[in-house]
Amino acid sequence: MRTLAVAERVLAQLRRDPRTLVLIVGVPMLLETLLKELFAGRPEIFQHVGAPLLGMFPFVTMFLVTSVTMLRERTSGTLERLMASPLAKIDLLAGYGLAFAALAAVQAGAVSALAFGALGLDVSGPKVVVTALAIANAVLGTALGLLASAFAETEFQAVQFMPALVLPQILLCGLFVARGSMADWLRWISDAMPLTYAYDALAHTAANTLDSRFAADVAVLGGCILLSLALGAATLRRRTA
Amino acid sequence: MAAIRVDRLRVVRGGGLVIPELSCEVASGSVTGLLGPSGSGKSTLIRSIVGVQRVAGGRIDVLGAPAGSRSLRARIGYMTQAASVYTDLTLRENLRFFARVLGAPASAVHQAIDDVDMSDQADRVVSRMSGGQRARVSLAAALLGSPELLVLDEPTVGLDPVLRRDLWELFHRLASGGATLLVSSHVMDEADRCSSLLLLRDGRLIAQDTPAAIRARTGAEQMDEAFLRLVES
Repeated sequence: MRTLAVAERVLAQLRRDPRTLVLIVGVPMLLETLLKELFAGRPEIFQHVGAPLLGMFPFVTMFLVTSVTMLRERTSGTLERLMASPLAKIDLLAGYGLAFAALAAVQAGAVSALAFGALGLDVSGPKVVVTALAIANAVLGTALGLLASAFAETEFQAVQFMPALVLPQILLCGLFVARGSMADWLRWISDAMPLTYAYDALAHTAANTLDSRFAADVAVLGGCILLSLALGAATLRRRTA
Repeated sequence: MAAIRVDRLRVVRGGGLVIPELSCEVASGSVTGLLGPSGSGKSTLIRSIVGVQRVAGGRIDVLGAPAGSRSLRARIGYMTQAASVYTDLTLRENLRFFARVLGAPASAVHQAIDDVDMSDQADRVVSRMSGGQRARVSLAAALLGSPELLVLDEPTVGLDPVLRRDLWELFHRLASGGATLLVSSHVMDEADRCSSLLLLRDGRLIAQDTPAAIRARTGAEQMDEAFLRLVES
C-alpha cells in the first residue's frame, strides 16, 4: 500500500516534467534509428547489436533518473521527513523500483515497436523476452542508481557516476569485443559486472538459444537487482550525523 | 507530565561538539518555544527528539518511549527547517502522499490545507510558491493525522505578521485539543507566544521557564535583553 503511494508519487513527479519523459522515450528511438542508418551498408551489424542495445538503454536512463531523483530526496529534506515517518525503507525502495519499471515498460515498448517494426530488426527468439529483459535492466539501473546516490553530494557528482559506473560495464559486457578475446584481467572485471549477464541474456534471446546458460544469466541479473536494493537499503539511515 | 524528557544529551556533528550535555523537559499540552540564535543547536536538539539525529550520549524519552522508537513515528509531526516537500508536486499532491505514508484518512488532507489557510493554493505546484508559502506547505504536511506531538523547526520564518499570528493561534488551538508543541525560532519576539520557553546558546540550555518568569528573574522588558542578561550573568 505504502509502496504504491511512493510509486504513484514518483510517477506524478515525472508527469510534471514532460520534457524529461519525451527525452527518455525519444532518445533511444533516435539512437536505434541512427544505428540502423549508420550500418545501412552492413545490415548484419544492426541485426547483431540492435536487440542488445534496445535491452540496455533502460539501464542507462533509469540509472541516471533514479540517482538524481533520490539525491534530491536526500538533499531536500524529504528523505529525513520520510525516515521520521512510519514508512519502511523497503516501501521506499520498492516504490522507486516499481515506478521506474513502469516507465521502462513504456520506453522499452516504444523502442521495441520501432525497432521490430519500421527498422526491421529481427531476433530468432521471442521478442517479448527482449522487452522483458529491458524492463529487468531498468530495475537494475534503478537499484544501482539508488545506491550511487548515497555517494553523491551534488547532482553533478550523481551524473558523473554514469560514465564511471555504467560506461565500463557497456564496454566490457561483450558487445564491442567478445569476452573470449579480452585480456584475462578485463574478463575478470567483466565477470563481476551485472550488465555482462544482461547482455549475454539478450544475445541468447537474439540467437534463440534459451538454454541453461540463459537461465543462469537471468538468475544472476535477478540476484544483482536484489543485492543492489539491499545495499541501497543499507545506505538509508533513519539516524544521520 | 512531560511529553519530552531529555537527560544529559550529547551530540557530536562533523567532529564538533554541538551539544555537550543538555537536559530539559517539555510539558504535555504545552506550546514550548525553543529559542536561540542561529547555530545554537536548536535543529540538532529537534532532530535528536524526533529520532533522526545520531547521538553520542544521554537519553531522550518522547511520549513515554525512547526517541526514535518505531511506535513513535506515526505519533509525531515533524517539520524540518528546510521546506521538505516535493517542489514538482502541488500542495494537495504532496499532502495526499504524506497522508498515505502516515495512514491518515483522506479528510486529513483537506483539514491540513484549511489549517494553514491555503485552500486557494491547493492545486498550485510548490515550485511556483514563495518561501513563506512553501514553509506552510511543509507545516501542513506535519499537521496531517493529528499527531500527539508536533515538533516544528522555525515554522514562522519569513511569514508576514498576520500569518504569524494566525499560526500561533493555530498552535494554541492544537495544544488545547491535547497536542504538545515544540516550536523553534531565532526571533526572540516570538517568546511571548509560548506557554513555556527553552533558551539555547552554544548547545547549552541557559533558561527553562515561562516567559513571565524569565522576565521577572532578569528584570528585562524585552526577551532579547533577558537573553543578554542570562548570557552575561
